Amino acid sequence: MPLKVALKRAERSRNLRALALIAPLFLFIVLTFAAPIGMLLFRAVYDPDLGRNLPATTEAIQSWNGEGLPDETVYAALAADLKAAQENKTAGQIGKRLNYEMSGTRSKILATARMVAKLESGPYKEAFIKQDQRIWGQPDVWHILKRETKPFTGYYLLASLDHQFDGNGNIVKTSPDQAIFIDIFIRTLWIAFLVTIFTLLLGYPIAYLLASLPTSTSNLLMILVLVPFWTSLLVRTTAWVVLLQTNGVINDALIWLGILHDRIQLIFNRGGTVLAMTHIQLPFTILPIYSVMKTISPSYMRAARSLGGGPFYSFWRIYFPQTVPGIGAGCLLTFILSLGYYITPALVGGPADQMISYFVALYTNTELNWGMASALGGLLLAMTLILYVVYNRLVGIDKVKLG
Amino acid sequence: MAGHVPYDARANEGPPQCLLRGYLLWLWKIGCRHGVSQMEARSLDRPMSAQGQAVSGKLDGQELDGQRGDGKALVRFKDVQKSYDGETLVVKRLSLDIRQGEFLTLLGPSGSGKTTTLMMLAGFETPTHGEIELNGSSITHMPPEKRNIGMVFQNYALFPHMTVAENLSFPLEVRKYNKAEIQARIRKSLEMVRLDAFANRRPGQLSGGQQQRVALARALVFEPELVLMDEPLGALDKQLREHMQIEIRHLHQSLGITVVYVTHDQSEALTMSDRIAVFNDGIIHQLASPSELYERPSNAFVAQFIGENNRLHGKVAQLNGQGCTVELSAGFNVQALPVNVDGQGSPVTLSLRPERLKLDPQDGTMPNLFNGEVVELIYLGDHTRVRVAACGADDLIVKVPNSEGVPAYQPGQPVRIGWRLEDCRALAS
Ligand SMILES: Nc1ncnc2c1ncn2[C@@H]1O[C@H](COP(=O)(O)OP(=O)(O)OP(=O)(O)O)[C@@H](O)[C@H]1O
Ligand SMILES: [Mg+2]
Repeated sequence: MPLKVALKRAERSRNLRALALIAPLFLFIVLTFAAPIGMLLFRAVYDPDLGRNLPATTEAIQSWNGEGLPDETVYAALAADLKAAQENKTAGQIGKRLNYEMSGTRSKILATARMVAKLESGPYKEAFIKQDQRIWGQPDVWHILKRETKPFTGYYLLASLDHQFDGNGNIVKTSPDQAIFIDIFIRTLWIAFLVTIFTLLLGYPIAYLLASLPTSTSNLLMILVLVPFWTSLLVRTTAWVVLLQTNGVINDALIWLGILHDRIQLIFNRGGTVLAMTHIQLPFTILPIYSVMKTISPSYMRAARSLGGGPFYSFWRIYFPQTVPGIGAGCLLTFILSLGYYITPALVGGPADQMISYFVALYTNTELNWGMASALGGLLLAMTLILYVVYNRLVGIDKVKLG
Repeated sequence: MAGHVPYDARANEGPPQCLLRGYLLWLWKIGCRHGVSQMEARSLDRPMSAQGQAVSGKLDGQELDGQRGDGKALVRFKDVQKSYDGETLVVKRLSLDIRQGEFLTLLGPSGSGKTTTLMMLAGFETPTHGEIELNGSSITHMPPEKRNIGMVFQNYALFPHMTVAENLSFPLEVRKYNKAEIQARIRKSLEMVRLDAFANRRPGQLSGGQQQRVALARALVFEPELVLMDEPLGALDKQLREHMQIEIRHLHQSLGITVVYVTHDQSEALTMSDRIAVFNDGIIHQLASPSELYERPSNAFVAQFIGENNRLHGKVAQLNGQGCTVELSAGFNVQALPVNVDGQGSPVTLSLRPERLKLDPQDGTMPNLFNGEVVELIYLGDHTRVRVAACGADDLIVKVPNSEGVPAYQPGQPVRIGWRLEDCRALAS
């Protein structure tokens, strides 16, 4: 027994020391990364604002069975809430939230709130319907109120996938003129895919060259590959704007050389976006491939050739398969990084080239719609994780080598 | 110097009459080739001495079966030079014939150009000057895949992403054999190296020795005439290495292939080869059978490199018929066999094998006899190494067999040290 105690004591001091060593990083990550992301993702399904701003309505509407219009008590509760909102200046918030689901509702809510503030007493139902028959005389807004005054909501996630609830609480497709997000997700995947393919096609030969040159030369080349890392993303993107714009360097050069007569549109389109992103992502694809190639002994190729394989055949059968883990790592890295691109498409792309991050930024910075921003961000994260899992199933993540 | 131990062990086992016969034959041969140049003497230099027979019985066997390999040259290096940087020659004027069916070893210290020579033969490096012929036609500029030469690499270079069977099928697929034949050949090759049970393993799941055997099987599966091996046993431990030496040797004999083998381990070279080319600094210093190389090194480098060796420095005082008198720096006069001396007054190195030095020999049997003193004794089981100070040197090593009737020596004890003229080779230094 004393031995066990002694062992435990010895272990404990070692465990404490280990804990003390990782504690700073752990806290840092929790505070600056895990917690904000968790909170953000939570925002996609948790939105208590409406319920908080309409406490009486929240309670009263529970008794409404969803058929026809609610009775006077519910109208009266809403009237009381709107009166309070008018005083607290929260009517705008209520209007904005309802406006997400029924456009044009915001101004109507504000007008009703002003009207209600002047009313001394009921009956409110009539007054409401008189104020605006199209909104207070229809059950739609009451459906929304009943659903969205609860703190947890599926609205943002559904909207991010171009779906919504109908009056009966069923999930239906958003009308085609408002359904944009599926397209944007597909576009995001497609651009990331194109960028990955191009970086691979351009990067693989470079990586091969780097790995097979003598060290002195390959170091120089490596510096050239790494130069993009030394300049900021914004600077590089702006440089592409300078190059690609209609009066830019490339157009000038082509016209000067007589290859073109009219200036062509190189920027603010898909081509420009993929081009600039490919350039920025190249090192991320090259480096893992290079470091894997570096570990492949040249004697494999020699062996293959001494066994009778021609240079290309030997390369394809012997060398290439051994670089696949590097290709996997490089492509996965580039693909995942590309999914989250924001600045480059925003500066070099046209309206049809904006990726999902653009909308996340839009909802966070301009629209102040945290729910949508969180839902889109969360879906992007989920997509990345799914990809990771699929990749793991197909290739095996343990096959990914960074060197 | 673990290298020479197996050799000497066998030498000591040899029965006395065998030694005597070898000695006579050897004397006869010296007489024959007096004045004959080294290159011409090459075809004569089959193992004949007592040492040679002791080295291995299989060499005798080969000699009997019709001087195999003496016929035509399979590979011919003609005045080949190689430089990597355009400044220094890594291989300088290499002329070498490799006979059909022989086991030729390129032996030399690190950086002496062995791998480079092999790579030129395999086609991975191009000579900067000269020609390489295979079967009488030039292959100097033929790409490696056209040469049909099997190769075993030092690190085996087994394709890690393929199973053993796939590794072996690669050269067969390239040669467009049909499926059934590929299967049959793979099975046969794996049986040959006794790895039939491992066909579906990856190289990473095999031990070093098994990988080595797979590499061997892969180099042989397409039945090349010529197989090159670059230090194929370098990564194995001593016991496995000795085991594989025998296996490779057996494969060579049973398949009748020509093997060019690179090593820097002299005992490996001595046990395995028909002939050894000793490399240094891009030059072949001697090309001869193992026994010839050991018994009659033709210059100071070979004497030094192969086996253990005592050296004394001096200059030629007198040349007479089959012997010469060398005056050592310390003033002693030694009777020696002139191997390559430039004439009277030229500086020479005397090379003496430790097992040829005798302590307290009978009077009159040794033309060279000097007074010395025992400095140190090193007991090694079957023999004792006695360090003696004599002739102005204090590091003459004498091997004394630990058998009955051999007196025990003590450090500080005065002894007389002697050797025969033929065992003392005068080499230009
Ligand atoms: N690819 C190369 N480029 C430049 N120099 C080289 C190259 N390969 C070999 N050398 C040089 O050529 C010389 C001979 O090399 P080589 O590999 O033939 O030696 P080796 O006899 O095989 O030695 P080891 O026993 O160490 O393998 C060395 O000095 C080496 O530095
Ligand atoms: Mg070598």
